[in-house]
Amino acid sequence: MKLIVNGDEKDLNVQTVRELLVELGLGDQPVAVELNRDVVPKREHDSKQLTEGDQIELVTLVGGG
Amino acid sequence: MSEVKNDVLTDKELIVGGRTLKSRLVVGTGKYANYEQMQDALEMSGADVITVAVRRERLVDAEGRSLLDFIDTDKYTILPNTAGCFTAEDAVRVSRLGREILDQLNNPGKDWVKLEVLNDTKTLLPDPVGTLEALKELVADGFKVLCYTSDDPVMACKLKEAGAASVMPAGSPIGSGQGVLNPNNMRIILEMLKEGDEDYPVIVDAGVGTASDVMIAMELGADAVLLNTGIAHAKDPVRMAHAMKCAVEGGRSAYLSGRIGKKLYATASSPWSGVISYIPGE
Repeated sequence: MKLIVNGDEKDLNVQTVRELLVELGLGDQPVAVELNRDVVPKREHDSKQLTEGDQIELVTLVGGG
Repeated sequence: MSEVKNDVLTDKELIVGGRTLKSRLVVGTGKYANYEQMQDALEMSGADVITVAVRRERLVDAEGRSLLDFIDTDKYTILPNTAGCFTAEDAVRVSRLGREILDQLNNPGKDWVKLEVLNDTKTLLPDPVGTLEALKELVADGFKVLCYTSDDPVMACKLKEAGAASVMPAGSPIGSGQGVLNPNNMRIILEMLKEGDEDYPVIVDAGVGTASDVMIAMELGADAVLLNTGIAHAKDPVRMAHAMKCAVEGGRSAYLSGRIGKKLYATASSPWSGVISYIPGE
């Protein structure tokens, strides 16, 4: 399924947010997920289904002032 | 000499958004040469609240090291910022994403945000209209908003009225190192925001270049100072972190002590009576 992840189109064989994170090697890290501009809380990662064309932002914390 | 009792140095607690800060210095985590240097500088600064930015996960990272590997999230309260946001809508999105990460980390900063809605990349001056719009939305969503703004007293009042947990006027543009450029505006902001509400926290945020800038902000009556570049880009960031810590403490004590007034002419410190020598004009 084609997804837009952090601005880039990716073709991935995943069904849920949780599967997407695992596929990208982020399964164990603190990552916030935004799906079509709404935050998906971690407790919903397993159940949240993805659909073709979804826009996803995966963000973390970096140094800043 | 009699022993000075330590209790003369007592100070009231600084409470921001319902949480007590141990240090009156809040420091950023950006722009360090490496994470180890950042760790040492944070430790030396004595800060218990540190700011961070929210950014896209780099899906390919050669080193694989991340900021969170170098921050003890049990020790520091993390204050996520909305740096890089130029619209209220984006600032609200970034705030919610920051809250989600801190919620995963179970960090006490999870309902806090340092709100910045900027106008342009050259000046990094805040967009007052966008800032107020984002503030209202975030307050309604339960955030404790520490609100970056210019040193305009009218805007500062409007942000407080709209529910900012702290108003954080800039001394001068972000990263400019120019210090507190308009101490008169800062005085007016402090007077207006603290009128009938003396514990309302006002934090000078941005523009600090060196320790004397911090002292001036604190001597004016600011409750705390937030800075990043002044430490991170000093030649010796760890030593500068120590200087900033001392400056916050020195400036705060000077403010609480109540400075003497400024006079044009001299006032002798030694008595005139008993002088054995010739005194001009006597």
